[in-house]
Amino acid sequence: MDQSPLAIYQSYLDKGELAYQWSPEAGRAVFYPRLVCPFTGGTALEWRVASGLGTVHATTVTHPQQGAPYNVALIDCDEGFRLMSRVEDIDPMTVRIGMRVRFRVHQPSGDKAGEEPAYPVFVPAEAGR
Amino acid sequence: MTGLQRGGAAIVGAAESDLGQVAEGLNPIDLMAQGIARAVEDAGLRLRDIDGLLCASTQSRTSGLSLSEYLGISPKFIDTTILGGSSFMFHVAHAVAALQLGLCDIAAIAYGSTQRSVGRRQASVREVNPFETPYRPFLPSTAYALAASRHMHEFGTTREQMATVAVAARQWALLNPVAWEKKPLTIPEVLNARMVSYPFTVRDICLVTDGGGAIILTTPDRARSLKKPPVYVLGCGQAITHANISSMPDLTVTGALESGRQAYAMAGLAAKDIDVVELYDAFTINTILFLEDLGFCPKGEGGSFVEDGRIAPGGQLPVNTNGGGLSYCHPGMYGLFLLIEAVRQLRGECGDRQIDGAETAIAHGNGGVLSSQSTVILGTPATV
Repeated sequence: MDQSPLAIYQSYLDKGELAYQWSPEAGRAVFYPRLVCPFTGGTALEWRVASGLGTVHATTVTHPQQGAPYNVALIDCDEGFRLMSRVEDIDPMTVRIGMRVRFRVHQPSGDKAGEEPAYPVFVPAEAGR
Repeated sequence: MTGLQRGGAAIVGAAESDLGQVAEGLNPIDLMAQGIARAVEDAGLRLRDIDGLLCASTQSRTSGLSLSEYLGISPKFIDTTILGGSSFMFHVAHAVAALQLGLCDIAAIAYGSTQRSVGRRQASVREVNPFETPYRPFLPSTAYALAASRHMHEFGTTREQMATVAVAARQWALLNPVAWEKKPLTIPEVLNARMVSYPFTVRDICLVTDGGGAIILTTPDRARSLKKPPVYVLGCGQAITHANISSMPDLTVTGALESGRQAYAMAGLAAKDIDVVELYDAFTINTILFLEDLGFCPKGEGGSFVEDGRIAPGGQLPVNTNGGGLSYCHPGMYGLFLLIEAVRQLRGECGDRQIDGAETAIAHGNGGVLSSQSTVILGTPATV
C-alpha cells in the first residue's frame, strides 16, 4: 500500500475537492475513508469527488471556556454520506437543521499554517455564488 | 442474550468505594480494591474467594493486572472489556456466562476513577480523529448535543423538558445521603446555567466526581447460602451501533432499542413489569432517549413523559433513584453505580428513597457517544 486512505482524502482537499469513497458492491457512499467497506466487507472502494452540496442534519453551538462560541454540525452530503463539520459565515445559533450548505476548504492559518492539514467546512448554499 | 440462562447467576454483594472527592493520593486501583473489600464483606465472603475478576478503567491500561496484583489474587477468569460507561453491564453478561460454564465461582466486577482529583483531561486522554478533531467538538457533550438537536427537531422536545430530567434527578439525590449535590434545583436554574454545548447547560450534564465500587456475582446455588438475599440476573442485552457520532445510524434511536429487546426476551418481562428504572444519565437527553427505546413510552414522547414529576420521587415511574450521574456521582464511567443502586432497591436497603415492594429493576448502561448500549434486568428471589 503506497498511500493511506487519509493521505488520498487529504490530497483531494489540497486540490480544493471533497472526496469520498464509493462501494460498487454496496452501491452506496462510504465515509470516513477506509480500507474495508463496512457494508460488504469488500476492499474494492473507489474514490469520487462530491458536488460539495449538502444539508445540515444536526447542529450545536459549543461554548469554550475561553473564546467565542462556535458551530459544530453533521452535514448530509448529496452523494449520501455524512460528516462532522461546521457552518461558517453566519451566527452559529442561526444554523438550522435542513439548511442547504456548500463545501469550502478551510486552510489553517496563523500559528497553525503548514502544521495542520486543510479540512472541509460549509457555508450557506445561497451565499458565495 | 441467547445462550445465557435467566437467573443463571446472582449478585450477592454490592458496594461503593469512597465517592465525590477522594483523599489525595488515592488512585483508581485503590478505589476498585476498596469497593471489592466492601462488596465482599456485604456478601459475607472473603477476598480469597474471588476467582473471577472483571474491571475497566480509563486511567490504567492494564487494570486487570494492577488490580490482581494489588489484591494478591490470580483469577481463573479475567475480563477487562472497555466500551465506555456501559462496560460494567457487558461485564455482567460475561460474568453470567463464565459462572454458567464453570470458568469461575465468585466473580467481582470493579471500577474506580479519580477524574475529579486529577482532572478530566488526565483521566481520559482524547484520541485524535482527523475527521472530527479539527472542528473542536467538546466531547462527549457536543456529540450528545447533536443528538438532542435532532430530538428537538423531529419531536418538538424542549429544553424545559430536558431540564425536568435534571430537576427530578436532583430531587432523588436529596434523598441519598452520599449524593454529591445537596441543594434543590429548579428548571430556570438549569436553563440559565453556563451554556456548554447548546442545548445543554452545565446542569444538563453529568457531574465530574471521583468514585468506584464493586459487585460480586456467583451461581444460584452458592448465592442462596450467603448473607444477603440474592439479586438474580434475569436478562442481559447489548448493542454497538457506532463509535463516532457522525456514524450513528439514527440520532434519535439508540442501541437501547436492541439491547432492551434482548434483555426483556431473556427475562420474559416487558417495560410494564419493571418496578425500578436506572438509566445512564450522562446528559438529560439520555433519560428521554432510554425511556423511549426501552419501551416506557413511545418514540418521540419522552419529553412530555418526564413532565409533571412522573420520574421524580413520588411519581408514577421511579427513575434514577440514587440521583443519577446528574446529581449523585459520575466518575467517568458510571454504569456500575446503576447496578449497585438496582441491587440495593431490590434488597430494600435504600432508606428514604426506597421503592416499596420493588421486585424487578432495569439497569441500562450507555457508553461512548450513545455508541454502546447494554441492559441488565434484575429480580428478587420471588421472580425466579
